[in-house]
Amino acid sequence: MAGNAKLTAADLAVGDRRTQRVAEELSRAQIAQYAGASGDFNPIHVDEPHATGVAGYPSVMAHGMLTMGLTARLLTDWFGDDVLKDFGVRFLAPVWPGDCLTVEGTVAAIDVDGDTAVVRVEIRTLNQHDAPVVQGDATVALPAKSHHA
Amino acid sequence: MPDDYVFPVDSTAILAFAGALGETNKVYYDADHATATPVGGVIAPPTFAVAANQWDADYYLRGVRQIPEPTAAGTANARKPADGPALHAEMRFEYHRPMRPGMRVSVARRPGATWEKDGRKGGRLKFAETITEYRDESGALLVTTRSVSVTTGRPPTD
Repeated sequence: MAGNAKLTAADLAVGDRRTQRVAEELSRAQIAQYAGASGDFNPIHVDEPHATGVAGYPSVMAHGMLTMGLTARLLTDWFGDDVLKDFGVRFLAPVWPGDCLTVEGTVAAIDVDGDTAVVRVEIRTLNQHDAPVVQGDATVALPAKSHHA
Repeated sequence: MPDDYVFPVDSTAILAFAGALGETNKVYYDADHATATPVGGVIAPPTFAVAANQWDADYYLRGVRQIPEPTAAGTANARKPADGPALHAEMRFEYHRPMRPGMRVSVARRPGATWEKDGRKGGRLKFAETITEYRDESGALLVTTRSVSVTTGRPPTD
């Protein structure tokens, strides 16, 4: 889905909440694809014998930045393209092949200043056990209201 | 401080990165579509700046590749953590302008704070912050990141 370029802060209220499924049984192939695209070839992400035998993990592990990139999709799909001012997360738990990931975003604050508004969003991503794997926040700059209203 | 290295951004790198995230947003790959949107052309996804690592000669996670060659000052393992495997603890992006195909992005890093605390399951956790600035050819800031890594000396047990 493309970003919603017409969204304004007048369309939002504190407490608005959206969820989005961003990974359905995350595959080793996608982890390998992300390794290639990001340049992070840490063997714990792409080499199962290394991940299990040397590093002692149950399997290869997804890159934290893959999960963060998937998490960003809720923000761009909801608020639009190039409207993020900042976006930060803490990585709380590993993501494994087979995991299903759902992002939850909640509008925490809306500060209107003239024609523009800064919207603060609290965001977290949960796995299929409802355990948060990342948690953080973002701020988004939007028009305060539509010029055509 | 001189920039550490240059990240030449092209549409294939953005396509590959967006594809790995399962993105279907055309603003990341369809120039005709993107040009007709308010952003005016293809832009990179919000977390794309991390792909700059591929041009960091001393990045120790580049796998088997040795291009670009590691610098004389260091080796490909120069920044490999001494305290066992590092995990990513926190990441924050501050956005100024989007990265676009054709940009030659200058990347400059500096170390930030370091701190330690006891782990939940024993052992000492060592945190280290890195601040990275990404600028376009004119020197204008595009993205600033603050990354926190943690070394545990051993893999987590849960």
